[in-house]
Amino acid sequence: MNRRDFLLRKIGLSLVTILVVVVIDFMLFRVLPGDPIRSVIGRNVRISADTQQALREQFGLDKPVFPDQFFDTLGQWAQGNLGVSWSLRRPVSEVLRSKLGNTILLIGIGQLLAIILGVTLGLLAGWKRKTALDIGALTFSLVAWSIPTFWLGIILLAAGSTWFGFPTVGIISPQNTGKPLITILPDLAKHLFLPTLTLTILYLGEYMLIMRSSILEVLSEDYILTAKAKGMSDWQVLWKHALKNAMLPIVTLIAINLGFTVSGAIYIETVFSYDGLGKLFQTALTKQDYPLLQGAFLLLAVSVILANLAADFLYVVLDPRVKET
Amino acid sequence: MTTIPILSVRNLTAEFQLANKKNARAIENISFDVMPGQTIGLVGESGCGKTTTLMSIMRLLPANGRILAGNAYFKGNDLFAISEQEMRDHRWKDLAIIFQGAMNALNPVMKIGNQIREAILLHNLMDREKADARVDELLELVGIPRLRRDQYPHQYSGGMRQRAMIAMALACSPELLFADEPTTALDVMIQAQVLELLKQIQIKLGLAIVLVTHDLGVIAEMCDEVVVMYGGMIAEYGDTELVYNQPQHPYTQRLLESFPDLSSPGNYSAGQDLMTIPGTPPSLSDLPAGCRFNPRCHKTIEICKRMIPNSVDMSAPGSQKKHYATCHLLNRDELKAYDQ
Amino acid sequence: MVISAILTALFAPLLTPYTPTEVIRDSNGDGLTFASPSVHAPLGTDDAGRDIWSQLIYGARVSLMVGFLAGFIAMFVGSTFGILAGYFGGRLDNLLMRITDVLLVIPDLPLMLVLVATLRQMDLHVSPLVVLIAVIGLLYWTSTARLIRSQVLTIKERQFVARARAIGAGNGHIIRKHILPQIMPLIVANTVLIISTAILVESGLAFLGLGDPTQPSWGAMLNFAFDRSAITNGAWWFYLPPGLAIVWVTLGCVLLGNVLEEMLNPRLTAHHLESNKNMVAIQKEGDK
Repeated sequence: MNRRDFLLRKIGLSLVTILVVVVIDFMLFRVLPGDPIRSVIGRNVRISADTQQALREQFGLDKPVFPDQFFDTLGQWAQGNLGVSWSLRRPVSEVLRSKLGNTILLIGIGQLLAIILGVTLGLLAGWKRKTALDIGALTFSLVAWSIPTFWLGIILLAAGSTWFGFPTVGIISPQNTGKPLITILPDLAKHLFLPTLTLTILYLGEYMLIMRSSILEVLSEDYILTAKAKGMSDWQVLWKHALKNAMLPIVTLIAINLGFTVSGAIYIETVFSYDGLGKLFQTALTKQDYPLLQGAFLLLAVSVILANLAADFLYVVLDPRVKET
Repeated sequence: MTTIPILSVRNLTAEFQLANKKNARAIENISFDVMPGQTIGLVGESGCGKTTTLMSIMRLLPANGRILAGNAYFKGNDLFAISEQEMRDHRWKDLAIIFQGAMNALNPVMKIGNQIREAILLHNLMDREKADARVDELLELVGIPRLRRDQYPHQYSGGMRQRAMIAMALACSPELLFADEPTTALDVMIQAQVLELLKQIQIKLGLAIVLVTHDLGVIAEMCDEVVVMYGGMIAEYGDTELVYNQPQHPYTQRLLESFPDLSSPGNYSAGQDLMTIPGTPPSLSDLPAGCRFNPRCHKTIEICKRMIPNSVDMSAPGSQKKHYATCHLLNRDELKAYDQ
Repeated sequence: MVISAILTALFAPLLTPYTPTEVIRDSNGDGLTFASPSVHAPLGTDDAGRDIWSQLIYGARVSLMVGFLAGFIAMFVGSTFGILAGYFGGRLDNLLMRITDVLLVIPDLPLMLVLVATLRQMDLHVSPLVVLIAVIGLLYWTSTARLIRSQVLTIKERQFVARARAIGAGNGHIIRKHILPQIMPLIVANTVLIISTAILVESGLAFLGLGDPTQPSWGAMLNFAFDRSAITNGAWWFYLPPGLAIVWVTLGCVLLGNVLEEMLNPRLTAHHLESNKNMVAIQKEGDK
């Protein structure tokens, strides 16, 4: 099997996964007891029977679930119509779009920092195996892995706000809403600092561990000895030969992590009341706002799946050996 | 006419620190010379110290290896007396090595051509363009089509990879080449090709080669002189023909006997077993006192158990050809003194 | 570390003077809210006057139980998948592995949240904890499955399996007698790690409010701490201990799991760039 087949297979898998996600999402509504209309308009809203019937027809809920409702919904989703959030009284897609940027900002910066720091540390730790640096780094990442995301957030929040005066809520201070980006940058940075720090600390450990074991494996390979025999210094060997090979698992890890980062974001945004998709998800959950929940889940899941696919493509480009999975 | 040897190893002793806190004396008191253009064979069973010898000379021992004593003179300069930095200069430019199992000795994500070129550029021998031309030259020398320089190791067959390794080893025109079991993992046909290639290159470039192998046949074909090793020490050392035809050390004798003589199968009468040497090589962390071969030797005498024998010169008087063996039985004076 | 946690959970009633729900009253009879640690309550009280220490100890039971049960479920499912896939190979293998892949790609928390939310609304008359255990167990078996599968693949090729077949042993017999004993240690090591994940996940879900409101677990305690503004009240004894407890147990599991794994898969040899400063250890004085 060559690269093309490998990629085709991955694409196929992604499509299947998306399908599974869609089905799960779809079933979300339908398995609830009682009138599905309740899920659409919320549980506590009183409406007359007539209105109920009208709504039922409008939403197509009187038609058989499968295939009619299913494909209808699919069609709607494909067009970007994800329903209306009853708790926020706005179309779901609009709500999602407005919060997307915030989350991407948080995740993006956090992951980037975690990758840079983690990989560097991992490289050093593996190279200087069994030294104080290595052991310290190992301990750190083990502990970091064992810390619940949200708890770390709480601790940092408490410490940060008490001792350093960091803001505890939101993305920007209320008085800065609507101002151009440049002027509010410092404020934004202050608000972003703690959540990003939390994210970075948590994922740093993982990257470090993987990079370390990857480097250890690579450095035990024969071609490293050849390079040394050629007369290269340790540093040259690392840079020219070891690094590229050791980075490959990192790419895979980044892809896998995307799913977990989204989860982490849910916790962190909740703790810091950061106005992004994660917080949205949590709000939808507690308020039982099903259209919102559905839409958010769809968006999150699909984006992670697509990101994984992109990482697969990237991997194929980087490793000339990829033939068969 | 005296030319100085290109490599002169004297009393080389090295050991490894094992995980169980014991020390394994991998090689002891190894001494031999290599003349320019000569091929020396290092032969012996697995684990007798052949690879360790090479790695010690190139100072590429792993983290738990120590060189305890000895000198390795490359054109008169002791390689053990220089700094690591200076050693790096020597590596590849003056002495190069082809590893055992070259299959994995090439970086899988780097093009072959680039890996060879890297060696050249590393030692600042020429600029990039000329280096590229040289790479092509080298590939041609080992019989690999130029077009394949941009391919990756996994696209080469086993024999080709070995030849690529050879090409890479020659990149900086070294004067001395260590070849550690260059043909062991290859099938017989390819083996013959690779050996033939080495021979031709040697003639063409005047290269000195130290060839490590456990195959006596290869030695017979390729080497001017042979060093027979056992348990980390030299058992016999000298001109190949002499050693093969008049082996003096009991181990060499048994070794040669155990090699089936395919040229005249009629020599073996039905029911005659293949000759083997009973027993197993010693554990290097638990060496026997005295001669290392003595537990398995068929001619052992009392003194063998207690003292390591000295090297005895067995060459014919006035002959240029070397022949040394380390065995008590050969040392008449010693035996006489002992009997008293 | 793990042992201490388990023991604590088991002996909870003996260690606590109060039940977690009892409200401590001060001399006036009012609920003693947010009191700092004192003799009466070593870890202070929460917003409703309940003793933190008791909650912590009892919470251990819940958190650990959920973690262990979910972990076992995951191990069971994962091992079964892994063994079946590895042993029978072919299309079964393909199918099982595709399922694993699909499950892996979907982000875990959103999926779990959605599932738990749905299940809870379904009036299933089960404790919310059961829901938690089921969901966690059913989503985290993937790593086990992969691991077991690759192990089974290697074992399958070994001699004794072929021999067993040659003498007519049935598949079930081979699996039970030959393969299982070999992979058991690995399963155990992996399960420990899964349990640590499960504990973490449970705490997360509880934190988000999906646990059982009547049973304290560490995550639930943190939920209350957060919601009832323990942070702004400076009541560090409320949010610090549960988290520390989680870290303690999780770390203990991780270390244990790593140690077990290291025992099975040791990496002893040094790599080529490990420094060897004393390589040329020749005495310079007294040379020839």
